[in-house]
Amino acid sequence: MSEANNVEMILGAEIFVKALAAEEVEYVFGYPGGVVLHIYDAIFKQDKIQHILVRHEQGAVHAADGYARATGKPGVALVTSGPGATNAITGIATAYMDSIPLVVITGQVHTALIGNDAFQEVDAVGISRPCVKHNFLVKDVNDLATTMKKAFYIATTGRPGPVVVDIPKDVTINKAPFEYPDTIEMRSYKPMVAGDLGQIRQAAEMMLSAKRPILYTGGGVVLGNAAKELTELTRLLGYPITQTLMGLGAYPATDPQFIGMLGMHGTYEANMAMHECDVLVAIGARFDDRITGDLEKFCPYAKIIHLDIDPASISKNVKVDVPIVGPVDIVLQDLIKAIKETGQQPDSDALAAWWGQIDTWRATDCLRYDRNSELIKPQFVLEKLYELTEGNAIVTSDVGQHQMFTAQFYKFDRPRRWICSGGLGTMGFGLPAAMGVQFAFPNDTVVCVSGDASIQMCIQELSTCKQFDLPIKIITLNNRYLGMVRQWQELFYDKRYSHTYVDALPDFVKLADSYGHIGMRIDKPSEVERALKEALAMKDRLVLMDFAIDQGENVYPMVAAGKGQNEMLLSPERELA
Amino acid sequence: MRHTISILLENEAGALSRVAGLFSARGYNIESLTVAPTEDSSISRMTLVTRGSDEIIEQITKQLNKLIEVIKLIDLTEGGHIERELILVKINVASVNQREEIKRLVDIFRGRIIDVSDANYTVEMTGTGEKLDAFIKAIEPPLIVEVVRSGVSGIARGNISLRV
Ligand SMILES: Cc1ncc(C[n+]2csc(CCOP(=O)(O)OP(=O)(O)O)c2C)c(N)n1
Ligand SMILES: [Mg+2]
Repeated sequence: MSEANNVEMILGAEIFVKALAAEEVEYVFGYPGGVVLHIYDAIFKQDKIQHILVRHEQGAVHAADGYARATGKPGVALVTSGPGATNAITGIATAYMDSIPLVVITGQVHTALIGNDAFQEVDAVGISRPCVKHNFLVKDVNDLATTMKKAFYIATTGRPGPVVVDIPKDVTINKAPFEYPDTIEMRSYKPMVAGDLGQIRQAAEMMLSAKRPILYTGGGVVLGNAAKELTELTRLLGYPITQTLMGLGAYPATDPQFIGMLGMHGTYEANMAMHECDVLVAIGARFDDRITGDLEKFCPYAKIIHLDIDPASISKNVKVDVPIVGPVDIVLQDLIKAIKETGQQPDSDALAAWWGQIDTWRATDCLRYDRNSELIKPQFVLEKLYELTEGNAIVTSDVGQHQMFTAQFYKFDRPRRWICSGGLGTMGFGLPAAMGVQFAFPNDTVVCVSGDASIQMCIQELSTCKQFDLPIKIITLNNRYLGMVRQWQELFYDKRYSHTYVDALPDFVKLADSYGHIGMRIDKPSEVERALKEALAMKDRLVLMDFAIDQGENVYPMVAAGKGQNEMLLSPERELA
Repeated sequence: MRHTISILLENEAGALSRVAGLFSARGYNIESLTVAPTEDSSISRMTLVTRGSDEIIEQITKQLNKLIEVIKLIDLTEGGHIERELILVKINVASVNQREEIKRLVDIFRGRIIDVSDANYTVEMTGTGEKLDAFIKAIEPPLIVEVVRSGVSGIARGNISLRV
């Protein structure tokens, strides 16, 4: 008998589960179906990995995504072939646009049937290709373990992103020995390990010679776990810092050097400072059109330094003067060292004048809103939420006005506490993402800020929350409108509110109740604080708070599409003041 | 400007569609694309001809490099390089005169007649795209039955090489 016969042969499905265990995966968010039955059977027979049954595959991927964003570990989702895979696509694209490390396993029909239009067959690799970092079709059970290893390696290194592994049914049934590699080398994939020191020194000099410097930082700092380094650099220089929607929390929002979020709904001071700066230091940010506005008018006086892990992000939209490619934490450490080694200090006179200018912009008080309104203002709800949670909640959101209000009014002092779909802008993200977060941090207060429309896009997950006793606090800022779209119609389409009024909304209190949760309806500003307190005190229950807010409230400031960043619309409220 | 990019990539199912998908998704154009395994059968070599401003070409090379299966690439246009293309042309040669004429033309262009039937010659020719264009132009259009072009293959001159 040959030696091979002594090696234990196990099912592909078991190899799969062992691979997840080897990757120390705690949770798999999934939904079963025909081709993944063997995998589900293998999951049934073990207790290392906990499977969370969601109610829709989009929810599974968003939940894995929320888990990944909050923990920094890869999220894992498992879906069946055909409709399971197509339902997962929105979640995958959402993660892709925000560079979130996910491993998504799609079941596939038997290899012999692939290409035959078999029952529940779709070309999952083909459909997902444009919205994954990479994907694999595993055709041989002997390749399964190595492919899983590669999937986790690719998802979590370099610029992270989702990786899809498509596993045909026969591969889960066939047997092979389980050999899981500890490490993996790929000649075609070598993530950068450090930045170029020459470029870093050049950047240091440029930064020190600045008269009107600004740091503009993005999600890359959060993903790259470089909040500490960013904070050290910012304090060392005393320069103003602004962060993108995805970057919030990497530098404490309560610190005076933070001048607010920038971009389409950024603060007046942040966008003006961007426009007037002479040295722009972009860190882990990608010059998205929601940040730059009209590219022709973007930062006209600035020399630009750009740090990013992805060379393709550099000079993609905006030509930069000093590019530095590398992992953000390592590059920032080297940059701090390089700045110290020059022995030079920032130009303190110029900096004082610059801060003087910024303070006059700040005095505009661009986020001011009507505090005496008879109607509940969304900003007020979020201010109260911030106060009552003392800034310690982990907050997810959906997409719309409520998302922007949350970004503006909840001050995030730590990274990985603000979780929303920035790049794709996926309505329906908030609730399932909050589930992933709550699994990762069972004792933290997890709040999902949503809108009357967004919440309905993955509302079915209330059932998952019940099954697993997730005490998420849901806030619907209910304006009975697709508010953000309505705002554009008001401002740019002469108030022709085409299909943005949400008729026939459900009674959210009863809806929560029917799923076994607690619902509250809040109509008056005077009830806001009490309701929030009451809900937050219910540590072991999911509470949905439906706030009837001012239907006409808009998000300001606003840089309209195609405008320069210094051409902001300010709130009428501010003009009155 | 026209650029010829040479790429080494893993010889894996789907690698080609990743390259093609990248170009269509990002709106880059592909003028021609050829690909086949190298002496090491685990690696394919692709020659891709595209057009774009310097910024676009920079993005194209960066985006290509980002594909997990791409091992290495060079933009051949940046240095001295050689490009060749193969065509097969089936030409209608009904009369003796036409036969003579085509044979002469093929000799001038240093092609070869590789198949003969009572009605047609099939001509094989390699060269730069320009030379092949000139050959096709020299034939009266009604006589051309079919043209098969391989697309460009390219290699750098001298000591510069693209290898793993
Ligand atoms: C899946 C999806 N469909 C459509 C849109 C376009 N969209 C952006 S915001 C928005 C309205 C959201 O309404 P709501 O959730 O009530 O939030 P509000 O703006 O009113 O706070 C829509 C339709 C989107 N972002 N995502
Ligand atoms: Mg709404």
